[in-house]
Amino acid sequence: MTAIKTLNLTKKFKDKTAVKNLNLEIKENELFSLLGVNGAGKTTTIKMLSCLIKPTDGDAYIFDKSIVKDDYDIKQFINVSPQETAVAPNLTVEENLQLIAGIYGNNKEASRKKVSNIMNSFSLNEVAKDRANKLSGGYQRRLSIAMALISEPKLLFLDEPTLGLDVLARRELWKIIKKLKQNITIILTTHYLEESVAFSDRIGIMVKGELKIIGTADEIMKKAGKDNFEDAFIALSESEAV
Amino acid sequence: MRIASFALRNSKEILRDKLNLVFGLGFPIIVLLLLSAIQANISVQLFAIDHLTPGISVFGLSFISLFSGMLIAKDRTSSFMLRLYISPMKSSDFILGYTLPLLPMAVMQIIICFIAAIALGLTISINILITIIVLIPAAVLFIAIGLLCGSIFNDKQVGGICGALLTNLTAWLSGTWFDLSLVGGTFKSIAELLPFSHAVDAGRAALSGNFNMIFSHLVWVIGYAVVILGLAIYAFTIKAKSDNK
Repeated sequence: MTAIKTLNLTKKFKDKTAVKNLNLEIKENELFSLLGVNGAGKTTTIKMLSCLIKPTDGDAYIFDKSIVKDDYDIKQFINVSPQETAVAPNLTVEENLQLIAGIYGNNKEASRKKVSNIMNSFSLNEVAKDRANKLSGGYQRRLSIAMALISEPKLLFLDEPTLGLDVLARRELWKIIKKLKQNITIILTTHYLEESVAFSDRIGIMVKGELKIIGTADEIMKKAGKDNFEDAFIALSESEAV
Repeated sequence: MRIASFALRNSKEILRDKLNLVFGLGFPIIVLLLLSAIQANISVQLFAIDHLTPGISVFGLSFISLFSGMLIAKDRTSSFMLRLYISPMKSSDFILGYTLPLLPMAVMQIIICFIAAIALGLTISINILITIIVLIPAAVLFIAIGLLCGSIFNDKQVGGICGALLTNLTAWLSGTWFDLSLVGGTFKSIAELLPFSHAVDAGRAALSGNFNMIFSHLVWVIGYAVVILGLAIYAFTIKAKSDNK
């Protein structure tokens, strides 16, 4: 089944076109990395797909629901782990998870079960009663992703999930992302190219608001005529950036 | 469930900030004690406890504006709000989720103010209960002012506007500290066009048993509360869209 299908998706801010005629299809349970240098249009694309902003032109279908017409329906089955850790600072880990479970319509009993399950999966039990603002960066990011998953989304946006984490915390999160793969559709944005190569089924590179190339890491390297992905990324990004 | 979960979170965020409790409950009571001490040492009836208590209760509510404004302004600039915007929450869920936990806090603040006043000599009567009920629209008004400020300004600006400007406006233009007729002229006219003195006068009328005087003042408070709450909902909706660009 198709998870995301965009049709000439376009977003303009006054005179500036942030995303131009984006045509993209992502399959269910695929892990898709959306890459690009700063200002390439990744964030605007994610904001449109997560129904935060409306497109200027075109449309996108998330599990056959239009982001223009059916945004309320779409919000029931998507979730996001934003780049900056998105937690309620004065609530404990357990309370943060209960809050999100409640916001997605779970009653007390259902919330309790889901919170217990997700705390086990994310090894959060030892900090369950700690306030979020007292957690280390690694735990905060882990909580932030757990909060995105407690609603059991069909589509998850992971925006720079390992940014600013030390090497141990990054490795821990990698394990979690690997576990999630194949059970949920994930759109990953990251500046760590090795992460996208290691985890992604396919990668799309955006340059100046347009999708420059799409394919597996090997396909992209081959098309760019480079031996490693970083060189391929730079070559493709610079080819349109001048 | 959605509103209840969000309201519970907001209660915890406010109550776990100790500064909120110190300022919200402590400051109005300190002022009440101070003015009562002054009254005990002067011969004229300047700060009689039955005259002072409704005014201090309204003054204390200005801190509720500060709590609500700061909470929304901080939320708006955080990634946590991005998570909520992506959730199925609607604008009305947000506004109710912010308002509902603040209303019992405001009523509790008024009750504590009256308990302190009773300890200082206020006669216990059914009129106290009626006054507390009459002050509820004023509580909604101050919550709405906070929602509006929090929707428009950042947390530093809210600190200045609700923390300094609004508390002073409430103090000077409500007739709590002095009779507005003593100043008269434009000052009195401006004060009467604003809801603060009407909130205090409605409370004083209720406490003194002049029930026929309540409504003419209360209608100003209710009118302002409805308009400002409407403006807050509008501002929140508009800002939610622009914050996401």
